[in-house]
Amino acid sequence: MSDLLIMRGIVKQFPGVRALDGVDLDVRAGEVHCLLGQNGAGKSTLIKILAGAHRPDEGTITFGGAEARFAGPVAAIRSGIATIYQELDLVDGLSVAENIFLGHERASLGFTRRAEMNRAAAELLARLGHREMRPTTEVGRLPAAGKQVVSMARALSHDVRLIIMDEPSAALAHDEVMNLFRIIRDLTAQGVAVVYISHRLEEIREIGDRVTVLKDGRTVAVGLPARDTPTPEIVSLMTGRDVEYVFPPRPEPGAHDDRPEVLRVEGLTLPGRFADVSLTVRAGEIVGLAGLVGSGRSEIVETVYGARRPTAGRVLLSGEPVPAGSTTRAVRRGMGLAPEERKSQALLMNETVGRNITIAGLSTYSRHGWVDRRAEQEAADRLVRTLGIRPPDPSRPVRTLSGGNQQKAVLARWLVQGRRLLLLDEPTRGVDVGARAELYAVIRRLADEGVGVLLVSSEVPEVLGLADRVLVLREGRVIHESDARDLDESRVLDMIMEGGER
Amino acid sequence: MTNARGAGTPKDLPKDAPPADEHDRVEHQARAAAPRRTGLLGRVGQAHHLGLAVALVLLAIVGLVTAPGTFATSSNLVSILALAATIGVITVGMTFVIIGGGIDLSVGAIMALASVWATTLATQAYGPVVMAICALLVGTGAGLVNGLLIAYGRMVPFIATLAMLVAARGLAQRMSDRRTQLVRPDNNALVELSTTRVLGLPLLVYIFVLVIAIGWLVLNRTTFGRRTYAVGGNPEAARLAGIDVRRHTLILYALSGLCCGIAAILIMARTTTGSSTHGDLYELDAIAAVIIGGTLLTGGRGTIIGSILGLLIFTLITNLFILNGLNTSDQLIAKGLIIVIAVLLQRRGLRSQVP
Repeated sequence: MSDLLIMRGIVKQFPGVRALDGVDLDVRAGEVHCLLGQNGAGKSTLIKILAGAHRPDEGTITFGGAEARFAGPVAAIRSGIATIYQELDLVDGLSVAENIFLGHERASLGFTRRAEMNRAAAELLARLGHREMRPTTEVGRLPAAGKQVVSMARALSHDVRLIIMDEPSAALAHDEVMNLFRIIRDLTAQGVAVVYISHRLEEIREIGDRVTVLKDGRTVAVGLPARDTPTPEIVSLMTGRDVEYVFPPRPEPGAHDDRPEVLRVEGLTLPGRFADVSLTVRAGEIVGLAGLVGSGRSEIVETVYGARRPTAGRVLLSGEPVPAGSTTRAVRRGMGLAPEERKSQALLMNETVGRNITIAGLSTYSRHGWVDRRAEQEAADRLVRTLGIRPPDPSRPVRTLSGGNQQKAVLARWLVQGRRLLLLDEPTRGVDVGARAELYAVIRRLADEGVGVLLVSSEVPEVLGLADRVLVLREGRVIHESDARDLDESRVLDMIMEGGER
Repeated sequence: MTNARGAGTPKDLPKDAPPADEHDRVEHQARAAAPRRTGLLGRVGQAHHLGLAVALVLLAIVGLVTAPGTFATSSNLVSILALAATIGVITVGMTFVIIGGGIDLSVGAIMALASVWATTLATQAYGPVVMAICALLVGTGAGLVNGLLIAYGRMVPFIATLAMLVAARGLAQRMSDRRTQLVRPDNNALVELSTTRVLGLPLLVYIFVLVIAIGWLVLNRTTFGRRTYAVGGNPEAARLAGIDVRRHTLILYALSGLCCGIAAILIMARTTTGSSTHGDLYELDAIAAVIIGGTLLTGGRGTIIGSILGLLIFTLITNLFILNGLNTSDQLIAKGLIIVIAVLLQRRGLRSQVP
């Protein structure tokens, strides 16, 4: 079998982060090639390069025997590479057929030939084994699995030779996954290659032919047999690290046992997201939540904070119940959240660093609603210095800071007033290694000062290295809880990927 | 993108550059890329304000040249300010709403409704003070309805206030039977706002200045103002920072309604009438003034001073066209051009700022 796609030495640099640092990938026609790697390993960047959304800084791509340089997503599709993203890029208000042919409508003189498009769409759907789907249905009314089929049909409507699927099974139920696999087998039988990304090892064993493993932006294994490579080998490839994280020292196990309980969560449930979650955080303790995307970890934190309303269960802060569904009251009671998406959920991008820091604690420097600007300025200056935000200038627009320093500004926001509980959702996402160590030190220092910390991270080493106690989540349920020192990375990965509770 | 990545191509870096070095390099480039700004309150505004002030001066020079005998007279300048006062008060409220991420199309109609309600025979029986209070309450009430629909009914501001525009105008017609209602002579104290002069300026100009001053203080010196920028700039971030975004939005529209009530008092004073036709298309003038003033229509950025300068430019153009006996249609064309030019200049200003 010949190699359809050959990528060599791909490098992609973003401001402050080297996302890809020499990645190789070979994909043969008619195979399912699985791409494995932890969050941040560079999988998304790699597929965006293949989809034409990013251009590599270095390296070569050979596709179908010729060197390929994609000027944009359209060029990639034209040359035969289609991508099905995790968040499906469909237009809800258009019909199935219109979505399938979006951008390359069957038309004459600018008028769409609807009958012909519907007929062609029906053929594609039939090829995918979905004769029952009507091309005229509005896409917004379809369930997630149906939308996936439409995305797939759209990919097939172009003459594709390679389809990239980014966690296609994440939103699907078991029998829908089986149908997806059947479609993938049909496609590969016709000679189409599939690059399949998933965190679930059992799927990779079932559908995959070969596996390429990425780690920290580099290829660590090329073309392993998907069925026969032992799990420990794959896990150790994914975890063995060149860059060691520097974690601050932890207090002895059980050091917090006599400290007061800051947070108690009892039987918290949000249907479809997580169920019956109970946990406690003591003063001075860092509790980590480990789990995959979709395991409910961010949703749990947001619900504790009052940004989502649970259907059952309750949240107690220092023993008193917190009314559900109000962030204002959560903040008043002493919680603070550093949300997952720094730019869209935390920062005021129009504003200065100083104003971003002081926005949540404005009442601290105001009397009867009037802001005491000198007190505000002093607090901003002080926090910029304490957290080592660089450059140490609160008047600078926050968008000019690097990711790590932006994250420090978000943390600083909650240090203005005394906080009892800090909820940190992916505090080091998009932060380079040097700044990470600093953030870890800051977080530990806060805990030592008596703040309870609930930490969410998709990077298992981070949870294990920083937290005192760890809860492992899988599909919205806590499947394991223990002291962080009693766990290692491969055990946790095993639990969150395969559900093994050992 | 390319200049943010900086001059050093990946090749220039040692293979295993220590992370700290990497960090400093990125920061150094960020520092070089962005101009330094002073003070915690540093925001774009200043340069834009200067531009608007220059435009105002240029327009004044045009006035002096084209209408030498009439432009610089005190009566003309007073009439410019009196004309600006009514829409100006509305513009202050509009600035708050737009910085807060919304829009209020109903301002002209609410002002008309407030003027009609305050000049009904029943209200006039209680005297000028009650008339004024009535106008303020009607304005605030209509604004509250807007705010409730938008903040708690989750309606899009454009649609909710469009509905209010139509309905308030209709209610005003209903109440007045489409007749212009005169302020009764015994309630002339209200009209004296425009006739009594202090230091050569009618009282209503002082009210205008007072509203601007209060608006500026609230926006720049209070927690409410600070939170308005946050709510408009990133509502999700504001909510997660513990700000009650819905309550804040409600208050913003009530505030805009209150400004319409004040404007209703001013227009009753100026015209001695309450009428359902008052304030036609004021919403467009107010929005245009806010936009020219440099406020982002998407929210999160803007200034009161900019809006007022924008409004004065508009008013001055109207005045110049009248003084020179020019066609009002040409005046509209000129105003349209000014909006486009202002926004284009603004966009350039923004782009040069983003590294």
